[in-house]
Amino acid sequence: MFDTFYIAWRYVSFNKIKTATLVACVTLISFLPLSLQLLLEESERQLMSRAVSTPLVVGAKGSSLDLVMNTLYFDDEVPELITVAASNSVMDSDLALPIPVYARFQARGNPIVGTTLDYFDFRGLRIAQGRQLAVLGDCVLGAKVADSLDLKPGDSLVSSPETLFDLAGVYPLKMKVVGVLEKSHTSDDLAVFVDLKTGWVIQGLGHGHEDVTKLRDPTLVLKRTEKNVAATAKLYHHTEITEKNIDSFHFHGDLAQYPITAVIALPHDDKSGTILRGRYLSREETQQIVRPEDVIDGLLQNIFRIKNVLDAVISVVALATILAIVLVFALSLRLRQREIQTIFKLGCRRATIARLLSAEIFIIVIMSGVFCGALIFLVNQFSHDLVRMLFIR
Amino acid sequence: MISIRSLEFYYRPGEFRLNIPEFSVTKGEKVAVIGPSGSGKTTLLNLIAGLMTPLKGTVSVGEIQVSGLDDRERRDFRITNIGFVFQDFELLDYLNVFDNVLHPYRITGALKLDKEKRVRATTLAQDMGIGDKLKRNSNDLSHGEKQRVAICRALLPQPKLILADEATGNLDPDNKGLILDLLFQSVEDHGATLLAVTHDYELLKRFDRVVDFRQFEGHDK
Repeated sequence: MFDTFYIAWRYVSFNKIKTATLVACVTLISFLPLSLQLLLEESERQLMSRAVSTPLVVGAKGSSLDLVMNTLYFDDEVPELITVAASNSVMDSDLALPIPVYARFQARGNPIVGTTLDYFDFRGLRIAQGRQLAVLGDCVLGAKVADSLDLKPGDSLVSSPETLFDLAGVYPLKMKVVGVLEKSHTSDDLAVFVDLKTGWVIQGLGHGHEDVTKLRDPTLVLKRTEKNVAATAKLYHHTEITEKNIDSFHFHGDLAQYPITAVIALPHDDKSGTILRGRYLSREETQQIVRPEDVIDGLLQNIFRIKNVLDAVISVVALATILAIVLVFALSLRLRQREIQTIFKLGCRRATIARLLSAEIFIIVIMSGVFCGALIFLVNQFSHDLVRMLFIR
Repeated sequence: MISIRSLEFYYRPGEFRLNIPEFSVTKGEKVAVIGPSGSGKTTLLNLIAGLMTPLKGTVSVGEIQVSGLDDRERRDFRITNIGFVFQDFELLDYLNVFDNVLHPYRITGALKLDKEKRVRATTLAQDMGIGDKLKRNSNDLSHGEKQRVAICRALLPQPKLILADEATGNLDPDNKGLILDLLFQSVEDHGATLLAVTHDYELLKRFDRVVDFRQFEGHDK
């Protein structure tokens, strides 16, 4: 047996290109479905674990998937906005604790999540360095954001402008990093958390500028009455909130009408949850309440339906590849007829020749298995990050 | 050593037919077989080696009647009694010289590969003047060197009979003489018998006997 494998090994190692091609084919054809299965299982685990731990989400009517993906995983796709009144309504119902979420802006590619301190308690997020949000303009970083941007408490982080070429658009706000969260292996690791009001400042709904009643430059004043002074666009707005200028920051209008993207509702009990859900069933209702678990389950059903199609495609490709490999072997046998005749003349049994060829196939399969195993091991090691990179934030 | 009686063989009825009423080679004899292409010289070697079986008549090598053996017995007979040397050397390009010489031992259970055989393979290669090329790939050798490797491979199991099919056919004139010298010397050293098919008429005088195959040629009526 050793001699058979020795000769087979000499053959496959001599024909390097042919062997490498066959090994690559077999490796890929076995790696693809296995890695896909692994990644889908990991994505299912990650998506479901966060969805299951979030009882209810209130948002604008429309795509429930966009709403859940934005609220739970801070996806770029921002749902229709609702107002703080929606959160107040949940609070007033006395059925659930509302946690408003405003996940709309970004800072250096990371989502800025405006929320309240309840969110940190709800998710069990703990501060690893620095302190919790306290003052307007503060931000707390998820562990991976701090790592990737190399930021620590005391540093600053500038929000990204919404549109580069829109002069009237959202101006970047320089935020003060006051804390870094412990790693949670969830989407929270990749977020920049701010207070809701800081989110509104980023949007320009809250702003800080010099006292318009004391303006002397006539080009800065549009209209001055006894009760009101209207400034021109030339008036300088602060782009950083400091101890000196914090008092100049203010919000116009009713805060209850300020925008948020969603409200996470934490019902006091199952009955409260059911009642609360019933209140959003009216046709005239402009908001919806969803169970993230149901939404993600629906998403996964679709993903697995697509996976079944993909499995079928991979099976056909695998069959084609196997047939091609069989053809390669058959053609190689024809090319090796003379060699086979020689070793037959030397006294080799036909069964031994078949054993030699089988040993060559076995070696190629084992090599492919090793490569496939190594790749699967790598995918398994990095599946958490890969899933976040490929499927969810 | 070789005894053939009333042998008849053809591949398909109506085509080439080999008829050998009587043919014999004594032990230690070096016999050349000549004849035109297609006269059945290689077929004779294959019949003696047990690669084919005659339709009629008997083929015996020593005490063994080859034509009476079954497949397995003929294979065992071939590997232990016959050494083949081919015109195109028939070396395996994916094996080095040493592995090519040892190849018959690796592909059959009838021969046991042990340390003694490895030492003997090295000695044979040194005797053949290729002792320094044992680790070289067979593709990297000249034709003369390849045929020396093939002779080493044929001689290693110490066969009683060497069958050489145009062994010098692909060699230049200098190498032809040299290879034949080495083959004769090895055959004598091992007390073997040599039956060589050749078209090299200038080499015939060096054989003990020359058999012209035209005498056996015939066609089905």
